[in-house]
Amino acid sequence: MDKINLEPAIEIIERENSHKGSLIPTLQKIQETYGYLPDQVLNILSKKTGIPASQILGTATFYSQFRFKPVGKYVIKVCHGTACHISGAEQISDVFRDLLGIKEGETTDDGLFTLENVACLGCCSLAPVVMINETTYGRLNPSKINKIIKEYKKRG
Amino acid sequence: MVEYKKGQGVLNSSKIKDDRVVIRVGYGASGIAAGAGEIYSAIVNHIKEKGYKNIDIKRTGDLGMSFREPIIELESREIDRVILGNVTAKMVPGILDDLMLSKKVNTDYIVAGTNYTTDDDIFFKKQKRVVLKNCGIIDPENIDEYIEADGYKALEKVLKSGDPDGVIDEILKSGLRGRGGAGFPTGRKWRFTRDAKGDYKYIVCNGDEGDPGAFMDRSVMEGDPHSVIEGMIIAGYAIGANEGYIYVRAEYPLAVKRLRLAIQQAEEKGFLGNNILGSNFSFRINIKEGAGAFVCGEETALIASIEGKRGMPRLRPPFPAVKGLWGKPTNINNVETYANVPRIILNGAEWYSSFGTEKSKGTKVFALAGKIVRGGLIEVPMGITLREIIFDIGGGIKSGREFKAVQMGGPSGGCIPSELLDIPVDYESVTKTGAIMGSGGMVVMDESTCMVELARFFLDFTQKESCGKCTFCRIGTKRMLETLERITRGEGKEGDIEKLEELAYNVKMGSLCGLGQTAPNPVLTTIKYFRNEYEAHIDEKKCPAKQCRSLIKYVIISDKCTGCTVCARNCPVHAISGERNQPHIIDQEACIRCGICYDSCRFEAIEIV
Repeated sequence: MDKINLEPAIEIIERENSHKGSLIPTLQKIQETYGYLPDQVLNILSKKTGIPASQILGTATFYSQFRFKPVGKYVIKVCHGTACHISGAEQISDVFRDLLGIKEGETTDDGLFTLENVACLGCCSLAPVVMINETTYGRLNPSKINKIIKEYKKRG
Repeated sequence: MVEYKKGQGVLNSSKIKDDRVVIRVGYGASGIAAGAGEIYSAIVNHIKEKGYKNIDIKRTGDLGMSFREPIIELESREIDRVILGNVTAKMVPGILDDLMLSKKVNTDYIVAGTNYTTDDDIFFKKQKRVVLKNCGIIDPENIDEYIEADGYKALEKVLKSGDPDGVIDEILKSGLRGRGGAGFPTGRKWRFTRDAKGDYKYIVCNGDEGDPGAFMDRSVMEGDPHSVIEGMIIAGYAIGANEGYIYVRAEYPLAVKRLRLAIQQAEEKGFLGNNILGSNFSFRINIKEGAGAFVCGEETALIASIEGKRGMPRLRPPFPAVKGLWGKPTNINNVETYANVPRIILNGAEWYSSFGTEKSKGTKVFALAGKIVRGGLIEVPMGITLREIIFDIGGGIKSGREFKAVQMGGPSGGCIPSELLDIPVDYESVTKTGAIMGSGGMVVMDESTCMVELARFFLDFTQKESCGKCTFCRIGTKRMLETLERITRGEGKEGDIEKLEELAYNVKMGSLCGLGQTAPNPVLTTIKYFRNEYEAHIDEKKCPAKQCRSLIKYVIISDKCTGCTVCARNCPVHAISGERNQPHIIDQEACIRCGICYDSCRFEAIEIV
């Protein structure tokens, strides 16, 4: 198992755990810090809150936001909402899969990119759309994607 | 470029009397995605460089003209108000120099104005903006602009009246119905929660806009967050609740940021907190970020999610009005419903109910998207026809193709074909078609969209999002999806359509919540209006729209191919080969039918057979 720094997690758990209904926000904060929900952290969360680990995992796996594996530096979310779907979202996914050599849910070997699908980003008039970390790109086509990926690769 | 003429345009006159200049950059999520950030920086930099004075640059929410984004609005005494569209960072210096030095507008980029009429005017002319009145106009991160636009006056009015029952009566009289989709009368919901026994009550705002193809609530939360907050405080006062929650979708970080800021500013001004405006009424609002589960749009699932549990719906009754969040009486409305409240209180129920039809009062916000010329955010009086929305406001179909259907209500809704375009948009008429009003997503499709494939797309979505509690929803949607996948692969069998219909009925009947009860709608409406497409897939193994990948082939017409190699270079699986300047060929074994070659060919040398 990879060694991870647990200090930020302990701090989050102690800070967030003061009010009722705080499990999901706590998980969100943990994921914000680690990029995913590491097992070790969930165990600590269980010990500190008294919520059984099974219940924590049950809640976490219910929501699509939570990940249980580390992700790449750049998370690419290809929008598959209705407007994007009819504007060729599948084609956009084809291009990303081809360029990065990975499928949805996977991360490139260099740890740079993770490819994901998302139900809808709500930028329907710019379809097809993808979001890379916090930046949204609209009106995409294969050559635009090529350029974007090159840009990120250069940034490293 | 948009055609324009001098003349009375759609924008109101500027109120600026001095030398001030105001520049508004459309800074909602879609504006930012279109490049508003670069435009904003370019404006700031150029002003600094030239030392221009007296310019007020504002970042507003979504004006709704997504089809022209990025957009900026210029306002001054000399030019009045003008909106420029498709702005690039490169254009900015020229636009600013014209504005500041020669006091004029570069008319090349005009899309709307006070003194100009344009082709785009009809986009605004048929709208009635009640909820969206501030969106794209005010800076959502500055509470003073909201206050200046009569913000928090409705709250003041109800607090002064000292009559919570009167507030509920007013909302009842206005005829406002829940804008989340189901259309339950808002006033009655408030009355139930007020009358429910309980020492502590909650107000919840459902901002979990999960329908793919919908962005109404996102735009309101980003563009005018205070209107939602004010609506919630008024609801709290009317119902006797002192605490509220806004549940926002995880995918809307900008909405969360602006709501948080708005709450903080409202607290500072005394609109939220203890003894609001000197009354003895206290109210506070918390924000909960969703974590990505469509079913949480259902009210009982949403409550479970706020409580930190799996977002599974439960049986009703008891309704949340009686037993909701933490077991207390809870009133849940969606974003748009709350945003209507301050306008109704301020202008009166009669004013509001003067818009709309007998049973569907007021206005409705729609997110217009898909194969449409003017896609964006619109608000129209109820009772307007679909044809007016799609062909007048929306400008019809892009790229000269034929209109085929409009999908309303997302995965819970249905497809409405062209022969029904003249129905009025109200709760009852839309429901009669088999679709639903829904929260306001309207995706327009042309003849290139396969209706069977679309039904498969929605079923794939609902099947994944089913929480798994009810057997019919969990397994029934899966079986329906498998059948649709078979049909789109060309492996459909006789009796499949009937099987789908039977399953659809059972899923509807055997599901506890709205997700399962409405999941079959996209299948049922496409079978109802486009049965021939299903039959073509099943009987002839053909996709009439030429979209289903298993049923089509891309072929290069050698007479037309110039051997330019563009297709070969763009093919993601390297299935195209040929010498330069010689006709190319596609290796059908390797081809994944993505259509990139078809889209990239400039000589129409590729056909779909």
